[in-house]
Amino acid sequence: MALPLHATTGERVWHYTFLTICVLIFGFLIIPILVIIPLSFNAQPYFSFTPEMVAFDPAGYSTKWYESFFNDSNWQAAVRNSLVIALFSTIISTFLGTLAALGLSQKDFPFKTTIMGILISPMIVPLIISATGMFFFYAKINLLGTHIGVILAHAALATPFVVITVTATLTGFDHSLTRAAANLGSSPTNTFFRITVPLITPGVISGALFAFITSFDEVVVVLFIGSVNQRTIPWAMFSGIREEISPTILAVATLLITFSIILLFMVELLRRRNERLRGITPH
Amino acid sequence: MSQSDTSTLKTADGISLKLSLQRSLRRKKRNALLLVAPLFLFILITFIIPIAYMLVRSVDNQIFAEILPTTAPLLAKWDPLSGNTPDEEVFKAFITDGKVAAQAKTINRLGKRLNYEKSGISSLFRKTGRNLRKLEPEKLTTSYKEALIKIDKKWGQVDTWEILHRESGKYTKSYFLSAVDMKYDANGMQWKDDDSRIYLNLFKRTLWLSFLITFLTVLLGYPIAYLLATLKTSTSNLLIILVLLPFWTSLLVRTSSWIALLQKEGVINDFLFAIGLITDEGRLAMIHNQTGTVIAMTHILLPFMILPLFSVMKTINPSYVRAARSMGATSFTAFRRVYFPNTIAGIGAGGILVFILSIGYYITPALVGGTQGTLISNFIAYHISGSLNWGLAAALGTILLLLVVALYILYDKIVGIDNMKLG
Amino acid sequence: MKTFIQCSLATAILAASVSTAQAETEMVVVSWGGAYTKSQTKAYHEPYMKMNPDVKIVNDDSAAEGASKLRAQAEAGKISWDLVDVVPDDAVALCDEGLAIEIDHDKLLAPAPDGTLPSVDFGDALVSPCFIPQIVYSTTIGFRTDKVGSTPPTSINDVFDTKKYPGKRALQKNPVGNLEWALMADGVAGKDVYEVLGTDEGVKRAFKKLDTIKKDVVWWTKGAQPGQLLADGEVVMASAYNGRLFSAIVENKQPVGMMWDAQLFELDGWIIPKGAPHLEEVYKYLKFATDTQRLADQAKYISYGPARKSSAALVGKHAELGIDMAPHMPTNPVNAKNTLFKDINFWADRKEELAEKFEAWLAKS
Repeated sequence: MALPLHATTGERVWHYTFLTICVLIFGFLIIPILVIIPLSFNAQPYFSFTPEMVAFDPAGYSTKWYESFFNDSNWQAAVRNSLVIALFSTIISTFLGTLAALGLSQKDFPFKTTIMGILISPMIVPLIISATGMFFFYAKINLLGTHIGVILAHAALATPFVVITVTATLTGFDHSLTRAAANLGSSPTNTFFRITVPLITPGVISGALFAFITSFDEVVVVLFIGSVNQRTIPWAMFSGIREEISPTILAVATLLITFSIILLFMVELLRRRNERLRGITPH
Repeated sequence: MSQSDTSTLKTADGISLKLSLQRSLRRKKRNALLLVAPLFLFILITFIIPIAYMLVRSVDNQIFAEILPTTAPLLAKWDPLSGNTPDEEVFKAFITDGKVAAQAKTINRLGKRLNYEKSGISSLFRKTGRNLRKLEPEKLTTSYKEALIKIDKKWGQVDTWEILHRESGKYTKSYFLSAVDMKYDANGMQWKDDDSRIYLNLFKRTLWLSFLITFLTVLLGYPIAYLLATLKTSTSNLLIILVLLPFWTSLLVRTSSWIALLQKEGVINDFLFAIGLITDEGRLAMIHNQTGTVIAMTHILLPFMILPLFSVMKTINPSYVRAARSMGATSFTAFRRVYFPNTIAGIGAGGILVFILSIGYYITPALVGGTQGTLISNFIAYHISGSLNWGLAAALGTILLLLVVALYILYDKIVGIDNMKLG
Repeated sequence: MKTFIQCSLATAILAASVSTAQAETEMVVVSWGGAYTKSQTKAYHEPYMKMNPDVKIVNDDSAAEGASKLRAQAEAGKISWDLVDVVPDDAVALCDEGLAIEIDHDKLLAPAPDGTLPSVDFGDALVSPCFIPQIVYSTTIGFRTDKVGSTPPTSINDVFDTKKYPGKRALQKNPVGNLEWALMADGVAGKDVYEVLGTDEGVKRAFKKLDTIKKDVVWWTKGAQPGQLLADGEVVMASAYNGRLFSAIVENKQPVGMMWDAQLFELDGWIIPKGAPHLEEVYKYLKFATDTQRLADQAKYISYGPARKSSAALVGKHAELGIDMAPHMPTNPVNAKNTLFKDINFWADRKEELAEKFEAWLAKS
């Protein structure tokens, strides 16, 4: 991307214009997320910067929205629900998704495209349709308004992410390794745990993180099939924005941003480690 | 190794190698299937069957035969074009069924269902049900027909019976007709009056806004993907965080931040006011309208465009462009004739992904869309929990699903679903 | 191994969710949440639980989706709610569908202190045999006192007068109420509104009147929004539930005023779902919670009028602010000079059709 020495004036102008455009777009991507952080420390119940805040007057800042978050039993219940639902749906989807990815990565798997299509369909079908279908069907089989119902629904929505990430790990997987192990007298079980597992672990973990965030961030389905007892953080935020909008939502948002930064770094580290392990140069 | 060679080779236990290989292959295949089976079943039960069930609900009309079991087959034989009300036996069946249903308090359920066809049937059924509960058919001095017409004169009108006749089957087209702004009347299927049309315009608006959002994500995503793909790896690894962070941040977080930014008393308006670009009255309305939906959704979906574009651009060999340049092309021509054509697949992949995601969006339009920026999904949600017209919700969902499936097939043709990548 | 862990964890969840419901009767009461549920908890639930220590009342705030969720529960054949707070339209619809229990009000509920039968005491409020009224509330107009000059609006015509009162107004995104108001502002007398609205011309006339302010309207969907819009100065006028305006004016001291002209009276009350798990307990509770004193007590916490005539005299002071609540009741004769009672039967028949027309009208720019 560096400018060559022989660049013409026009090219130079264009080069810097282009960089400016890119900076602006990066700003568009990231500022809306960062702007929430200072706003969540607003001493006033407004969604904008007060003159005191602009003047960096400490009186303009306060942590009261965080206090109201930590002292509100509804928010605490929402945190608990979100964690329980995300945890269990991650366990289910990671387990089933990893098994399926192992199967799908075998050569000559029959009807591979069709089956793959069905398995990842929960990711493609708009959430509103999944939610509608699940609402009708879960009502019929008595799963509406239960934790189990929401967990199963979220697990279904999350498996495609596990299947895709683990399959991606396995595409670079050198099958001669398992054959070599077999040749050297290793039992299939032994081979699986000594060769396959270490190689796919980063993929499985990042799939699990994807699954976790899918459930943790999901709101449409839980709105449709959950009841108040399954109220999750995004649900509470959704109804908070619609009904009584208070900066507590911004405090929650800031905490969630911190949380997603941690998850993001975990996934990135895993991805890079995985690429290094498999000898693929990272991009 | 030729085939004849293998056939003569034997394994240690004396089975031909070919057979043994075949066996082991079959075993492998079986094991592979066994590994996939649990997830397949899981998805089938928790996801595919619910969707199939929604499709069924969009045409389901069992309710008529359930509530009026003996009337339904008799009514089916009646010819509404005859101009006469049905025969006495239909009236008799209706009164008998209706009395049972009125006592079980289910008759009004049918009234509510048929009220979708014509306003007023709901109260007709309520009134009829109330009277039927008291009526003793054995003690009737008049014909059944007269008895029913005595309850309400609408039972003496062919129109009323025509609606019942039309909707007496196990399945109905009427939800789908409503979903495309059509209705039945005396002349068969018709467009609804202008002042009652909603959905076709809504589908049009949904498609148009999705297209606009897709276009904007290409416009904004292309330079970023290009920059990331051409920078040094260490730098691009750092910058890609700026794309991935929004991707990993909760949808609700991003939507609320746009509310904070765009609203009348929000950050942007306050800023413009502070620097004197707008007056206090002239604050811009950027939210609770289409602008709000488009801005927020473009931001939310932009990473879905950048990431596939970036992975396509990574594979383009920079020497192509260098070759074109060395042969005298200007940098613009080299880009246009050599680089850009190679990225079209990426635009297609990202474009369809963003398009599919946006036509089904619900949360963001619900929060920032106002009345002009809402999409078809907002109406599906409304019919589920607001109007309780579940059949119509299912029909709208089915149409949306068909649109998505068509796009999905297109996506598969362009990229192949097995090549889907994340982050 | 993994399956084992999964199974045991799933069992653990199940066990945890089961073990909470023991020893006492847990009655699930569905209501609207927020200040309204709080007023019910203070006036009904807490005193009742004190008298009956073996009963625990659990609040579920999903009344907004009450009808839809109740229907879904009935479809599944498992009702988990004991009592649901609904508006009369939904009470009629749920009663029609056989999803709510019909009751004999005189047998089940307590008579007034002077012995008046409940059916007389509640009077017109008994809109359906399934419906047990609690409060009368009204939808009316609030305005920014600092933005209407020296002549605050006094009649519904002022809402439609954008020359006299320029600026945005917030109205509920719903045909109910708006169509009636449009006709009244167009010169139809309150008592004729539903007759006129019953004709195609009347509907056209109402929409035509609404056309005149369409570009100045911000539509709200949730009860808390109009107060917020007024407080933020986004609108100069807003239709709102009178209780919300009360809290904006009296509790939060916002520069907001309200007018009672053409206030749209509505009721709110209970229904018992058919198949409610603790029916006997519910009957006992209802007899207590809807007696004359309890209904009057609720007005201490929220400015909605009790649905019983006999309660009116007992309405006292606000529990925290200590101000007299009677002048803030929509049913107070001073406030109830020009009122409109929502016609439930009209809307039961025409809601779908007119909601469709309303949405189509909104979509047209």
